Amino acid sequence: MSIGDSSTPLGKVRGLGSAREGGEHWLTERVTSIALLLLGTWLIASLLLLPGLDPRTLVEWLKSPTAVIPMALLVVVGFKHALDGMKVFIDDYVHEPGTNFAINTLLLFLAVGGAAIALYALAALSFGGSR
Amino acid sequence: MAVSILHRATGVALSIAGLAILTWWLMALALGPEAYATFSNAAHSPIGLIVLVGLTWSFFQHLLSGIRHLVMDTGAAFELGINKSFAILTIVGSLILTALVWAWFLGLVK
Repeated sequence: MSIGDSSTPLGKVRGLGSAREGGEHWLTERVTSIALLLLGTWLIASLLLLPGLDPRTLVEWLKSPTAVIPMALLVVVGFKHALDGMKVFIDDYVHEPGTNFAINTLLLFLAVGGAAIALYALAALSFGGSR
Repeated sequence: MAVSILHRATGVALSIAGLAILTWWLMALALGPEAYATFSNAAHSPIGLIVLVGLTWSFFQHLLSGIRHLVMDTGAAFELGINKSFAILTIVGSLILTALVWAWFLGLVK
């Protein structure tokens, strides 16, 4: 540290390096991918094994905890994984900081909003009485 | 290379169309028979079927190439021969799985 330089060694290196940030993002993307491997396979297998795909059968199926709990997990983890993946996609192709921030913020709102709508639907199916 | 690009393309398709349709499907079920009929009609239209089959393939392709990426994250399967075989396997696997799922849905196998 030279005289007149008040920054600490930590202050000098923070935010530097090839990655700067993103280690946690990278790991989260992979952990959620493993969860979705299980949840996605569960959804397709469940739909294949149901006696039919008419709304009555589907609603009855989604009213059971063994279906609605994994479905809620699929929604939350699915939107999170999609958001993380789309961020990589946008960061690779949209370099202008303002546009990059705008698109990533829009995607964040869409992901949180979409997850909220899907979870509301599941709550309505579970607690909303018979329709 | 091609499989890596497919991983991206299918990921974007699943993120946008896949999650939008999943949310629409759940909301339609929650809103009752009339809303579900609108969803069902769209799903059974020619374009709807193409989109759903496309998303099924996207899911399996993304899943299999995702497993390939997880294996490569460990430092394995970078040898040219193995790497290429693995890439081809993801495409063959996703096509077979998609065909099986839709053969079942359309009542071609029981």
